[in-house]
Amino acid sequence: MPIHDQSYRRYTGVREAPGTAWLVITVTGIRTALSKKLFLGVMLFAWAQFLVRAVIFYLSANFPNLDILAPSVETFRQFLEMQELFVLIVTVYVGSGLIANDRRSNALQIYLSKPLSRAEYVAGKLGILLFFLLMVTLLPAMALLFVQMMFSGSLTFVRENLFLIPAITLYALVEVLLASFTMLALSSLSTSARFTAILYFGAIVFTGALFTILRGITSSTALAWLSFRANLEQIGDVIFRLQPRFDSSWLLSVLVVAALIGLSIVVLERRVRGVEVVT
Amino acid sequence: MTAPLVVDPEPVVHLEQVTVRYGTQDALRDVSVAFPPGAVGLLGPNGAGKSTMLKALLGFVKPTTGRMHVLGLDVASSPLTIRARLGYMPESDGHIPDMNAVSFVTYCGQLAGLPRSDAMQRAHEVLYYVGLGEARYRKIETYSTGMKQRIKLAQALVHDPDLLFLDEPTNGMDPKGRAEMLDLVTDLATRKGVNLIVSSHLLPDVEATCDRVVVMHQGAIATQGSIAELKERRRQVYEVRIKGDVETFTQALEAEGIECRSTDEDVMRLYLTADQGPRDLFGVAARHQIQVRHLRPSVPTLEDVFAEAIGEE
Repeated sequence: MPIHDQSYRRYTGVREAPGTAWLVITVTGIRTALSKKLFLGVMLFAWAQFLVRAVIFYLSANFPNLDILAPSVETFRQFLEMQELFVLIVTVYVGSGLIANDRRSNALQIYLSKPLSRAEYVAGKLGILLFFLLMVTLLPAMALLFVQMMFSGSLTFVRENLFLIPAITLYALVEVLLASFTMLALSSLSTSARFTAILYFGAIVFTGALFTILRGITSSTALAWLSFRANLEQIGDVIFRLQPRFDSSWLLSVLVVAALIGLSIVVLERRVRGVEVVT
Repeated sequence: MTAPLVVDPEPVVHLEQVTVRYGTQDALRDVSVAFPPGAVGLLGPNGAGKSTMLKALLGFVKPTTGRMHVLGLDVASSPLTIRARLGYMPESDGHIPDMNAVSFVTYCGQLAGLPRSDAMQRAHEVLYYVGLGEARYRKIETYSTGMKQRIKLAQALVHDPDLLFLDEPTNGMDPKGRAEMLDLVTDLATRKGVNLIVSSHLLPDVEATCDRVVVMHQGAIATQGSIAELKERRRQVYEVRIKGDVETFTQALEAEGIECRSTDEDVMRLYLTADQGPRDLFGVAARHQIQVRHLRPSVPTLEDVFAEAIGEE
C-alpha cells in the first residue's frame, strides 16, 4: 500500500524559545470557552449589575434629589460581593474540566512531551480561569469607578477614595486566585469535570453551612474562618477599610486563604505529571 | 592507498548506568546503551522497561541514578530544549478533548514553538501525510483506533522533530492500517531523515522498519546491535519434521548440545553449533529409531535473536 501523501517536509521556519507555551494554552482555552454560546451569555449577563449601577450613578449625578443613590465605598464592596455568584458560575463552568478533561483523555503526556514544563502547563490553565474571573470582577468594578468619574464630571469621589483602586484590585485578585487555584487542584484530582464541579460547589456550601450551624450553637462568629466564603468577606471588609463583620481575626482568614492556595499548589505539583506512577 | 576512516556516528540517545525505581521495583536496572542515528527498534516483552526508558528520556520520570543524553544534550539540565527537537507518539490514546484533528495538531505545533500560521500549515500537511486528510475536520473522539494511532503520529511530527519516539505504533490497528503505518515509519527513517526509536513487542514491526535493535528484558539490556549482525551471530538453524517420540528426540538432541524449539506447526527449529551438522541430527535420530521426514536449512529470524536474548524456552 503506498503512502498517502509524500508531502512531509522538514520545517525551516522560526521557532519560539521554550517558555511561551503557557500563553498558547491560555489563548486557546479562552477561544474555546468563548466559542460556546451559553458561556458567552453567562459572561454578558455577569455585566448586568454593572449596567444597573451605571444607570444609578447617572441618575444620582444628574438628579440632585436622587443623591441618596450616590456611590460610596460600600457600593463598590457590595458590587464585588454580588459578583461572587458569577465568580462561582464561571469557576465551575470553565475550571472544572481544565485538568480533569486532560487527565480523562490522557492529554497530559501529550502536553508534557512538548517543550513546556509542568509549571507552564498549570500557568496556562490558570491563565484561562484568571482571565474570565477578572472579566467579571476587576474589570467591571474598575469600569464602574470610571463611569462614576465620567457621569459626575469630577474627580472628587475618586480623589477622596483613592485607595479604592488598589482595594478593588487586591480584593479581586485574592478572590480570583483562591477560586482558580482551588478549582484547578480539585480538577487535577479527578477525570470527571462533573465530579469536580460537584466537589467544588459542595466544599463551598458545606463550609458555609458548617459555619452557620456553629454560629447558631455558639452565638458567635469566631469560627468564620471555617467558611470558604466568610474568609473572603472578612478579608474584603479589611481591604475596603470597613468594620470586619465577623468576630474572628482577619489575619486568620488571610492565613486560611494562603494555606488553601498553598495546598492547591502542592496538589497540582503532585498530580500534574506526564506519567502516573502507582507504587 | 589509505583505507577510508570510519568514524562511529554520534549517538542520538545515550544512557549511562541508568536506574529507574518505582517504589521498591526497579523498572530500569543500571542500563547503559547508545542509540545510533537511523531507525532503532526497542524490543522486549511487556514490562521489560521499554516505555519507562522512553518516559525517562522525556523527563516524565527521574532516574534514581545515571545520566542520559538526547541529541547531545543532558536530559537533566536541558529537558525543554530536548523536547523541542523530539516527537513522542505515546502507547495509550491521547488527545485534547473537543478538538478536531486540524485544531489539535495545530495546537501541538504551537506548543512546540511554531508560530500559529506555520503550525496550521504544517498540521494540514502532516495530516495528509499520515492519511487523515479527508477526516481532518472531524472531532478526534469520533475516530477509530487506527485513526487515533495516525493522529498521535501527526502530533508527534508537526514540529518536525529530529528524533521520534514511537511507543507501540501499530497498537490496535488492522492489517491494512498496520502495513500503512509501517510504510510511514520506514519512509520517515529512510527518506525524511528523522531518527526513530520504535518501541514494540511485535518483532515483525521492528524488523520491517529498523536496521538496529536493542532488546530489553526485566529492566536491563539483553542484547543490541544491527539486526543483520545479530542474526548472523546465531548458529546454524534447521527445520525438522519427524515421526516418533518428539520428547525423546528433543531430550537426546539437548544432551548433544543441540537447542530445540517447537513452532506453531509440527516443525521443530534446531540450533546447531559451528562444529555440528546434519549428520549429527541423523545420528541421534537413528539411535532412537526416529524417522526424519523433513530437514531444511533455515535462516535465523529476529524471533530467534529475541528468544535467545531473553532466554525464552
